[in-house]
Amino acid sequence: MVAFIIRRIVQAFLVMFIISSIGFAIKHNVGDPVWQITGISVSKAERERIREQLGLNDPVYIQYINFLKNAAHGDLGQSYFYKKPAADVILDKAPATLELVLVSSMIIVVLSIPLGVYAAIYPKRIFSRVVMGGSIVGVSIPVFLIAIMGVYLFSVHLGWLPSFGRGATVNVGGWRTGFLTVDGWLHLILPSLSLSSIMLPLFIRLIRSEMMEVLESDYIRYAWAKGLKKYRIWFLHAFKNTLLPVITVGGVQLGITIAFTILTETVFQWQGLGFLFMEAVERSDTALLVAYLMFVGMIMVVVNTVVDIIYGVVNPTVRIAGTK
Amino acid sequence: MTDRWQRFKKSALFHDFKGDKVAIVSFATLVLLFICAFSAPLIAPYNPYDSANIDIMSSEIPPVWMAGGTNDYLLGTDAQGRDLLSTMIYGMRISIIIGICAVALQAVIGIIIGLIAGYYGGKLDGFFMRLADVQLSFSYLMVAIFVSAVLQAAVGVGRFAEIAVPFLIIVIGLAQWPQYARTVRASVLAEKKKEYVEAARVTGFGAHRIMWRHILPNCMSPILVLSTIQVANAVMSEAALSFLGLGMPVTRPSLGSLINAGFEYIFSGSWWITAFPGVLLVILVLAVNLLGDFLRDALNPKLYKG
Repeated sequence: MVAFIIRRIVQAFLVMFIISSIGFAIKHNVGDPVWQITGISVSKAERERIREQLGLNDPVYIQYINFLKNAAHGDLGQSYFYKKPAADVILDKAPATLELVLVSSMIIVVLSIPLGVYAAIYPKRIFSRVVMGGSIVGVSIPVFLIAIMGVYLFSVHLGWLPSFGRGATVNVGGWRTGFLTVDGWLHLILPSLSLSSIMLPLFIRLIRSEMMEVLESDYIRYAWAKGLKKYRIWFLHAFKNTLLPVITVGGVQLGITIAFTILTETVFQWQGLGFLFMEAVERSDTALLVAYLMFVGMIMVVVNTVVDIIYGVVNPTVRIAGTK
Repeated sequence: MTDRWQRFKKSALFHDFKGDKVAIVSFATLVLLFICAFSAPLIAPYNPYDSANIDIMSSEIPPVWMAGGTNDYLLGTDAQGRDLLSTMIYGMRISIIIGICAVALQAVIGIIIGLIAGYYGGKLDGFFMRLADVQLSFSYLMVAIFVSAVLQAAVGVGRFAEIAVPFLIIVIGLAQWPQYARTVRASVLAEKKKEYVEAARVTGFGAHRIMWRHILPNCMSPILVLSTIQVANAVMSEAALSFLGLGMPVTRPSLGSLINAGFEYIFSGSWWITAFPGVLLVILVLAVNLLGDFLRDALNPKLYKG
């Protein structure tokens, strides 16, 4: 078990190392930081001085080592546009995205489990068919289209909900939250629903198919034969084993969810990481792009490692398959 | 050829297809959309690439059935005064070309890696599958978005627009190969143990021939099912990239960039510039997905493995 955890953590570090190498390669090759800092009205000598000061005249491997050292200390370079450390800019915007992801994950969990389980228990009922049909339509509608339709219907046409921004936020110890005001919640409704629209159908289908497979298995048949109550069989015996694969997939889906926050935040001008990323692309703010890559990469690596380890603890076959 | 057709008509797949209304309708829709897309210059009323058709005076004309619509423009015009219907047909052609070529690319990469990893096993297998795991954990869309963003920052928006089509094909192709590699590897592992492979090996065929001529044909049904789903994914990815401004430029719009271009105008009430390309995109992807669902149920690749 310990060997498995260590192997998994070593792999996580290896991946972070690769990500940082990619980050460095981008920083090294794309754009000239001196030009981005100074603009055009600066003399050549001054430029050279800044170049020396930033260490851009050092050999590549020294620059790389410095880059890694700084990154390990949380220094991801200076954003050219914000004139602030990129890490600060990222941390400033991260709460917005985390709140969005949190609320839409809640929506997914609260809706997909009952719907998926229902569709598995009664696959032939009309409601189940509607759910399954609806889920394939849902998979086929791009997230930004749902967002746009939501904006048109509820903001432009009906005027019920705000169409952009986070609304009134409260600063709680450096974390600007929209959870504490009614306005913040109103602004959250459309973005979080749009963001959950892509994962919800996937999870409903996944839970249904896993649950159906479990319901066919021998131990469930044995439970029926013992004469256990049906709710006990469904929710205690069957559901537990359904959850296992769902949790693993959930970890993998986090990467996709973060990718989709970029789309959702662009539509709603939600002042989070995704919006920041697209702004950085438009302004060719390389330092910020690299900082985003490192930050998001780290979150994904940590989550995937934790999910893998949990999965290894719960399901011993994974560990054994991995050791051979 | 006729012999093959006769055999296909008797096959279980065709029999299932005849009995499945959803599959028939989605297949017919797809065929219709493909014909429209690839005969775009013939059936589209205007040529959206011809700058003579760009006229700001005729911009944002609503569809024909609404007040202010004219018979010249069936579905109205976009913000640049181009006929929306024509632009959509041309846009769909780009979306389909990128989708299919990207899937072809990822299939080639994924099948080669999957075959080698599954057949030889060992360190090579371990390396490629770890690589696939890592890349999958970042999600194909994230990889595609990030690569496009960096390239756009590196070469500049103008230059980027020129190379957008081949670039999108490569990015989406490279971002999604792990799915193929995993699927192919899993079926190769199952097939490898069977007697016909053993027989081929005893006969003295080389590894190359056994992989490509013996094992691969028997892995075709999962590959077919996956390819269908992946076309839908690739079209969606292209739309997402274009929507973010990291894909096709507005001068040569795909469905995604049309939706993006129209988004600014929905606040002024011009919903059709976004809505019609959106509906077309959803119909296209839905038809492919439904067909994929049918293929998965009919071929049931899991059952084949025994």
